[in-house]
Amino acid sequence: MTDTFSGNLENTVAQTGGEGPGPGPASVAACWSCKGPVSAGALFCPVCEAVQPPGQMDHFQRLGLQAAFDIDPDSLDRLYFDLQRRLHPDRFATRTPREKAFSQSQATSLNEAYEALKDPLRRADYLVHLRGSGVLREGCNQINDPVILMEAMELREALAEAQTREEVDRIATETEADIADCLIGLSAAFRGNDLDGACGLTTRLKYLTKLADEARVHRKALAEN
Amino acid sequence: MVLLQIHEPGETPVPHDDDKGLAIGIDLGTTNSVVAISSDGKPEVLRDEDGQALVPSVVAYAADGSAVVGGMARQLLLDRPECVIGSVKRLMGRGVGDLKSLAGTLPFDVDTADGGQDTELSMVRLKVAGHRLTPVEISADILKALKERTEEHLGGTVDRAVITVPAYFDDAARTATKDAARLAGLQVLRLVNEPTAAALAYGLDKGAEGLYAVYDLGGGTFDISVLRMEKGVFQVLATGGDAALGGDDFDHAIAGHFLSQRAAGRDAGEGSDPLTSNEAKIVLMTARLAKECLSRQDGGEWMLGMDGDPSRHALDRTMLESLIEPLVERTIHICRGVMEDAKVTPTDISGVVLVGGSTRVPLVRRKVAELFGAEPLADIDPDEVVAVGAALQAEALTVGSDTLLLDVTPLSLGIETMGGMVEKIIPRNTPVPVAKAQEFTTYQDGQTAMSIQVLQGEREMTDQCRSLARFDLRGIPPMTAGAARVRVTFAVDADGLLTVVAAEDTTGIEAQVEVKPSYGLTEEELSAMLHDSMKHAAADMSRRLLTEARVESERALMALRAALEVDGDLLSAGETSELEKVMAQVEEANAGDDRDSIAAAAETLENASRPFAERRMDRGIRRALGGVSVEDLEQKTEQLEKPEPVAAKARGL
Ligand SMILES: [Zn+2]
Repeated sequence: MTDTFSGNLENTVAQTGGEGPGPGPASVAACWSCKGPVSAGALFCPVCEAVQPPGQMDHFQRLGLQAAFDIDPDSLDRLYFDLQRRLHPDRFATRTPREKAFSQSQATSLNEAYEALKDPLRRADYLVHLRGSGVLREGCNQINDPVILMEAMELREALAEAQTREEVDRIATETEADIADCLIGLSAAFRGNDLDGACGLTTRLKYLTKLADEARVHRKALAEN
Repeated sequence: MVLLQIHEPGETPVPHDDDKGLAIGIDLGTTNSVVAISSDGKPEVLRDEDGQALVPSVVAYAADGSAVVGGMARQLLLDRPECVIGSVKRLMGRGVGDLKSLAGTLPFDVDTADGGQDTELSMVRLKVAGHRLTPVEISADILKALKERTEEHLGGTVDRAVITVPAYFDDAARTATKDAARLAGLQVLRLVNEPTAAALAYGLDKGAEGLYAVYDLGGGTFDISVLRMEKGVFQVLATGGDAALGGDDFDHAIAGHFLSQRAAGRDAGEGSDPLTSNEAKIVLMTARLAKECLSRQDGGEWMLGMDGDPSRHALDRTMLESLIEPLVERTIHICRGVMEDAKVTPTDISGVVLVGGSTRVPLVRRKVAELFGAEPLADIDPDEVVAVGAALQAEALTVGSDTLLLDVTPLSLGIETMGGMVEKIIPRNTPVPVAKAQEFTTYQDGQTAMSIQVLQGEREMTDQCRSLARFDLRGIPPMTAGAARVRVTFAVDADGLLTVVAAEDTTGIEAQVEVKPSYGLTEEELSAMLHDSMKHAAADMSRRLLTEARVESERALMALRAALEVDGDLLSAGETSELEKVMAQVEEANAGDDRDSIAAAAETLENASRPFAERRMDRGIRRALGGVSVEDLEQKTEQLEKPEPVAAKARGL
């Protein structure tokens, strides 16, 4: 009863290949409950059915999705709900403290993955990081494209100077349209494996989203005065 | 082999199979509380002989400390206000500075002498009938009464419950609620947010699907949640509210009006004495009666009889509505913000469910209908629906169910940074459970400790947010300034409660986290209360530990049996029978009531089965290396329906 909640890494005793991040199909860990072999990343022990600690895997793998920008929001929800149905702490309320703890970390990892993939901006950012790790170390936070930089500054200025709700609405509508364009562009860039293009568009999407939020705040302030 | 059963003097053996007992649902309200029970998916609200489900959350104390809870206590309020206390939920996890006064007087007798402690930053202590009690203890007395009532009704023990809390309750108030349950001898299976519980009850009953808003205005708290409901999934998209806005505030507004009328009818010098806290309680109660009456009729007259000098006060519905309109407007404003957070507009909402007694006020219904552009759904009892949802969830947690509640954090969680700024770590409306890690470093050479202030709220500055706790990290290895990397993980569990873990990254040394809850009780205070005020608390605690040891040991037995089933050929006949002998001893220990023997037997079993486990791992690895994937292996050995490993699933898509 003195075991710590050691994760899979510590218990992994055989690594026999498998490419990329995440567990290879043949890596084996010991089940904390029956001590028998469990494939790394498995949710439950196939022998004693004990819930396992969450394995090391990327957000797409965690939800059973191919790593891609184009995902169907409905099927994302479906996969997320199905997994939560089996892993949520509510399913383990009368179990041992260790099962409760593992269920909580499984559900936590699922929530993290779901939150990262649900929103297109966060999904784009994550996918660039995932595909381009090692290549694009700073991620997509730098505005180094002078065209994008100019556009960002001009739009912000216009918003700051907007005096009427109509003006704010016009900027907001334009921004929404730009966001839609950005998403279409991102989809094409990721499909064509154009990481630099995807990174630029992610940056643009980031400030456009911020601008849309600011327009909302600005609009509310005008409405209240 | 018979094990000697040893019991503490006075402690009797506890009955077995406490796992099979019913778990109940409790709506612990500001004004009223309700208990419900569910079996076979059929929830039932507990009622007294008169058919009343609502138990007033009012406690009357006698000089000997014994407590009367409910309608009887409320009747005593007018005659013996100094012995009676209500609306204590508003004080859960609150400091003196949070209390709301009536004309400068609190309707509570607050004990300010606090042994030199910083009273501004500790939980309120109240003086009732000569006793000094915390809101936690008073809530515990309400829960105890509810528990006893239910046990009488069921003719058996009840020791597990789902308790609902306002969605907007912060960590301190949630912890205080859990502490109260512990004092009352109840194990909290889950704290469920009130609007979520109501959505569960409503959704399951009506088969509702789509986007719904739950508008919950209770006695002391306001919540608004936007949920997506479909096929047994209840996903909260956003929630918001005000933990200090409810029907009580309507009462305060009306009482303030009565008092100014009374003052205006008198000379300046006369009757300007400040109210006593007992008088404040009486004026508030009169105001409540007026409010309830005006939900049904258009006008009336009420009397305040203080100082033997009665005054009469007429009030009609129009006047009442002008008094409470700013408060109702505030709820509407919060609703708009929550819809924005959920990225929905009123037209996206399929229906608005009204919850809480204060939604009976006609002005509230009108304003809600106006905002959502549709008549709110009131085909459920707004006073009972939360308890029904709690009971359904209690059954789901103990017996099992296919429904899934996915809730979110109501408030952003952050830490104090340089210059009193707040750095948000977990934003509001993040699905729970959630964990976020943050790295800290030292600013002095050789620094071995640091202090972190944890805050909850939406504002940018520390002093505008609510302090939850201060964490002291100790045992950081001495290094040069900026070299240590202390990784602090903030985790919010499914009850909405925060835990903090810290470790130094470069050395892997775990830093100790010392929590000083800002408004809560320390573990020592709570233990002292458990010790002092509850004779059976020790028995409760040891029974809980016994159950835990048993559950743990049964899990181990079950796992070993399953392993023997698939890999039993790895043991010789002699080894198998040796192991079975040890398993029989574990079973025997589990049948007894001695926690230590259960733990000892479980450990013996773990040691005895170790060689078997090693051989199983060897076989597993050999198969993996031999090209048979573990998935294939699993498929071959599967006898029952097994969950599919996620990695295999990913490839299938
Ligand atoms: Zn196992």
